[in-house]
Amino acid sequence: MSILVGKETRVVFQGITGETGSFHAKQCMAYGTHVVSGVTPGRGGEMFEGKVPIFNTVAEAVRETGADTSCIFVPPVGAADAILEAADAGCKLVVCITEGVPVLDMVKVRRWLDGKATRLIGPNCPGIITPGACKIGIMPGHIHKPGHIGVVSKSGTLTYEAVGQLSALGVGQSTCVGVGGDPVAGLDFIDVLQMFNDDPDTHGVIMIGEIGGMAEQNAAAWIKEHMTKPVAAFIAGATAPEGKRMGHAGAIISGGKGTAKDKTTALEAAGVKVAPTPADMATTLMALMH
Amino acid sequence: MKIHEYQAKQLFARYGVPIPKGYPAFTLAEAEQAAEKLITETGIPVVVVKAQIHAGGRGKGGGVKVVKGGPAEAKKVAEQILGMQLVTHQTGPEGQKVRRLYIEQGLDIARELYVALVVDRDARRVAVMASTEGGMDIEAVAHDTPEKITSLHIDPITGLGAWQARRIGFALGLDKTQVAKFVKLLLALYDLFIKEDCSLCEINPLIVSKSGDIVALDGKINFDDNGDFRHKEWHDLRDLDEEDPVEMEAKAAGLSYVSLDGDIGCLVNGAGLAMATMDIIKTYGGNPANFLDVGGGANKEQVTKAFSMILKSPKVKGIFVNIFGGIMKCDVIAQGVIAATKELGLQVPLVVRLEGTNVEMGRKLLAESGLAIQPADTMADGAKKIVAAVKGR
Repeated sequence: MSILVGKETRVVFQGITGETGSFHAKQCMAYGTHVVSGVTPGRGGEMFEGKVPIFNTVAEAVRETGADTSCIFVPPVGAADAILEAADAGCKLVVCITEGVPVLDMVKVRRWLDGKATRLIGPNCPGIITPGACKIGIMPGHIHKPGHIGVVSKSGTLTYEAVGQLSALGVGQSTCVGVGGDPVAGLDFIDVLQMFNDDPDTHGVIMIGEIGGMAEQNAAAWIKEHMTKPVAAFIAGATAPEGKRMGHAGAIISGGKGTAKDKTTALEAAGVKVAPTPADMATTLMALMH
Repeated sequence: MKIHEYQAKQLFARYGVPIPKGYPAFTLAEAEQAAEKLITETGIPVVVVKAQIHAGGRGKGGGVKVVKGGPAEAKKVAEQILGMQLVTHQTGPEGQKVRRLYIEQGLDIARELYVALVVDRDARRVAVMASTEGGMDIEAVAHDTPEKITSLHIDPITGLGAWQARRIGFALGLDKTQVAKFVKLLLALYDLFIKEDCSLCEINPLIVSKSGDIVALDGKINFDDNGDFRHKEWHDLRDLDEEDPVEMEAKAAGLSYVSLDGDIGCLVNGAGLAMATMDIIKTYGGNPANFLDVGGGANKEQVTKAFSMILKSPKVKGIFVNIFGGIMKCDVIAQGVIAATKELGLQVPLVVRLEGTNVEMGRKLLAESGLAIQPADTMADGAKKIVAAVKGR
């Protein structure tokens, strides 16, 4: 068991013929993900790597190959449009890797997804992986190990760091979800925590947040009320100056709000153990679980 | 991206948000001419000389002065402000040099209000915020008297409704005629916000003049950096004097860099790991000199550029390279580090922690380079080593 993706997931890659898209499509296929089709408008009828059919539209790809999940490697100018196309075609999960999507485009996308069954991960995220079963995104597959710890994170490389620490202790992961570092995006901490809470195969969770916004504080309130499994956390950016965007579009302290200290305080008040340094994420969770 | 008040007001004017008459001035002569022109055009003998820097709090810092003695006095006041090192609560103690002025007509103010449009990330909508307490620091108003702030969210599909603007207008205590003017202004501001890809449009204060007009007395606009691909004109609006030259250099190379106060240079892949690297250096008693994210898929040239920037910084007394390669390949990082040191030399301790894709190849390249590199097994190990090396000097 796992959340959102598994052995049965059938993936269509939007932007499969681009440089980054094709590289990662191959990596995902090598990991064992069922990449059943690709979409590049105008290249319909061609084959990717001699075995994956390419279509002009996502609707055709879904109809012809039974894809239920889309992975988007489309440049920022067309990324929001690509998400809408995938959702309209009936994909139940859309994973948007693209970095640099304008925030007002995402405001529209989120509004349009209201009331629809499609779930969105990202944009500006590393994707999602259920180790040993399905990798959709840009994470290095080999550091993962199947198991029972869920990881949810705003940061790509910090997720790898957490996974690396877990695997080094011999502890595997149920599913790792990178929700991305943009101010307006798809699934947030609470959505993913809820799924981990309901997943019998997930026994504990590492949550990785960063400065900016209120997502971690909102998650803390939810955890206090509903979470039945141990949660360890790390918040990046304790030493970040106010008013400076730290790489991620959403990682900015403004008007004294969104500091690492506020987030840590809220999480600890909710019973979450916050790792003192990013090197202690796995050991902090393990201490809670024993 | 931030722009100046006068640039924001030029946009206001283009979209139909009423502003006082005014002219930018880059020299004393231009300031005098602008004052003369304004007095002739408006028939009002009062002008305001305003320092143009990106930071807020200009009035309190002495960067905004009302002039009643005509063009000659305006020139005198301009002389005080132009070139001054203006210190406000947002500039830091060193202040910001004033290189541009805005000369504006004086107005008789009956009321000062506040209105802003902002992307509310938690509601995932654009929000309108308005207050009867104009001219004040809005964060202080929100903290002390939250009941004086009215806000609502805008559905991106319908856009801002006139009914919403009316609701805000009446909540601000405007009369029927004033509400009609306010609705027009707010709809224009929303149009601007969407079309210009803003993340913030703030008018503080928005004034009701004694003659009953509603006018944007100040203007602040921030653009969403992610929108730059559809706004070629932003290039001309950017004031390089207001930007950190090193950060701009990094941006041009596709890197994300922020200068900090410490002495340990950091080269990291990924924004979260880059922040976490700063944090862990601090935990072990050191101080990071910068935030530097080389991104997910940097090539050798970008890594070389990034490492050169750190090597060239005079404040750097030690360097920590912390890489967990996903898309980023460890051998590419190693090649970049080696290329940059070959060109610039390495005068300070260097600790390298490599993990992830092609890690063996990367470690081998570094080991064979002959550089004095201390390898680290984990990020904690690396942080401890670099802090010790810098302190030991």
